[in-house]
Amino acid sequence: MLQMTDIKKIYRTELVETHALRNMTLAVDEGEFVAVTGPSGSGKTTFLNIAGLLESFEHGSFVLDGKDVSHLNDDERSVYRNRKIGFIFQSFNLIPDLNLFENVDVPLRYRRLPAGERKQRIENALETVGLASRMKHLPAQLSGGQQQRVAIARALAGEPRLLLADEPTGNLDSAMAGQVMELLESIHAGGTTIVMVTHDPDLARRAGRNIHLTDGRVSDHHVAHLQEEIPRSAQLETGSLECSATT
Amino acid sequence: MFGYNVTLAIKSMRRNPMMTALMIAAVAVGIGVSMTTLSVYYMMSGNPIPQKSEKLFAVTLDAWNPIRPFDSNKPELPPHQVTFQDADRLLALAEGKRQVAMYESSLVVEPRNEDELPFEATARVTSGDFFAMFDVPFLHGDGWDRSSDAAAEAVVVLTKQLNERLFGGKNSVGEWLTMGGSRFQITGVIDTWEPTPRFYDPINGGFQEVNEMFIPFGLTRSLELDSNGSDWGWKSEDISSFGDWLNSEAIWLQYFVELESARDRDSFVAHLDAYAEEQKKLGRFQRPLNNRLYDVMEWMDYHEVVANDSSVLLGLSFLFLVVCLLSTITLLLTKFIGKKGETSLRRALGASRRIIFRQQIVEVAVIGFSGGLIGLALAFLGLQGIQYVYQSPPGLIRLDWVIVLTAIVAAIVSSMVAGLYPAWRVCQVPPATQLKTQ
Repeated sequence: MLQMTDIKKIYRTELVETHALRNMTLAVDEGEFVAVTGPSGSGKTTFLNIAGLLESFEHGSFVLDGKDVSHLNDDERSVYRNRKIGFIFQSFNLIPDLNLFENVDVPLRYRRLPAGERKQRIENALETVGLASRMKHLPAQLSGGQQQRVAIARALAGEPRLLLADEPTGNLDSAMAGQVMELLESIHAGGTTIVMVTHDPDLARRAGRNIHLTDGRVSDHHVAHLQEEIPRSAQLETGSLECSATT
Repeated sequence: MFGYNVTLAIKSMRRNPMMTALMIAAVAVGIGVSMTTLSVYYMMSGNPIPQKSEKLFAVTLDAWNPIRPFDSNKPELPPHQVTFQDADRLLALAEGKRQVAMYESSLVVEPRNEDELPFEATARVTSGDFFAMFDVPFLHGDGWDRSSDAAAEAVVVLTKQLNERLFGGKNSVGEWLTMGGSRFQITGVIDTWEPTPRFYDPINGGFQEVNEMFIPFGLTRSLELDSNGSDWGWKSEDISSFGDWLNSEAIWLQYFVELESARDRDSFVAHLDAYAEEQKKLGRFQRPLNNRLYDVMEWMDYHEVVANDSSVLLGLSFLFLVVCLLSTITLLLTKFIGKKGETSLRRALGASRRIIFRQQIVEVAVIGFSGGLIGLALAFLGLQGIQYVYQSPPGLIRLDWVIVLTAIVAAIVSSMVAGLYPAWRVCQVPPATQLKTQ
């Protein structure tokens, strides 16, 4: 699903150069649930942004769902992002003056789907996260957990091949975090590949595989115990879950 | 997608009503001021008779003082009016398709209703060709023919307004009216006719109302009709009677001719030159031959109907619009930069820079459209104010559909131009930097 090879990302200002990713090589297979952990500044978010085609990189190659996306222009990246990737953010990132229906509608609008199909997808997605009855509500009328579920519905409505979650439970209390995590697990069980950045080791353990980043490199990885409980993950051979860091 | 963008624009405008109001106000004031001046300029500089303005010619003859020109600032130009004797003779020669000699006078009208007091009404004393030549529309009846002119028949054509006042708007053709002690028979009532500028007599006011009635030129001598307009003279003459005045070298009449082609124009100038040569033999026209024709728009230029000040004012008003748009740019920059979180999110969800740019441009177009509508209302008030201050006739200065359309298009286009830089700026924001912090 995702193959990054020798990726290098440097942020430059007039005074300083920051190496966010240093020759990162990483593969995520279709159907995997991967947790990316690491201290602040280790490159987790940069990795996620590059994986989500939100940022470019200086060196290396990136193949997403069988297509080399390293040199796509802005229009091509946007279309590919819209069709293949769903995003879940720590701060939910709902548009405050759009109701739930309209928020979930945003990525579908850019796909230019017919109105009837969009409506069906939105209703299904909100049904999946248990908020179908509140589709005319504004985000401010919901709790944090509910808002994150709307964000998940928005990601799901596009039927993405890859779901990228950046600290999806970071702004939630433990009860709500648990609900959101269960939702992600059920989505994964449906076959969607998930890459989740998290600080929380307990959540990371619930993923099929953990990747630990330090100073822009993969410093450690291991297959979590939950891998055996998830049928699709169980089918994957350990050899195919290769990840390495080259200095 | 356009409808979706319009919906988003309206939501975005509602999100920050104060800033939206300021932007709309900036566009509205700019459009209001520029459209007010443009309306006045447009009204002043418009072609009052576009269907035949190139076929109608004001006639000028240089029978002026042999020692000095009529206008020392423009010594090459002949006088802008003609003498009665020249007008009368040129009419008699009847060269050209149609010709009219005319001037403005006034008559005291005795209303048929005895309860109403007599009142003075302005009259255009003119030839019967006036109506056909200037495409004057008739509500009832018609004008008069050349034989009525020649026979000095007491006939009259009323304007719609005067007919309304005297006859309550009914068809008054065939009725008799007493004016200046003489009885006139009504041959026609004209419909609304407001050529702007009043091209056939800019000398006595290009923006005056059309006279209230029209009577035959042939009545001048028999009724001893005085001119209400300006007259100029250069020769010391002993004028002790109305006949002396008519035979004097004073210029006070306008003369127009209708010609079909450029060849007709050349031959008419030759006709004028031949007439002048003939007059030279009689001791008149002592200056070198300098007889000219001016078509309608040339005639407007000759009289500087659109003053240079108006052009300068128009330029200044558009500069003011630019200043208003610069203010709008500043406000748009603030607004769009404030939206970079949402913009980044939309980009993450699949919108390209192009789509985001389009969305912002649609938003400024909606702001421009709103500003344009309010600007039109301001322009309407501005024109009312000008009409009040200058006491111009009702309806003379008005917003017509060309100005309305221009205002809306100008508001939208200028707003879109103003929005280009702010929209471009917001598209350059890297989405990843905003998503974590939104």
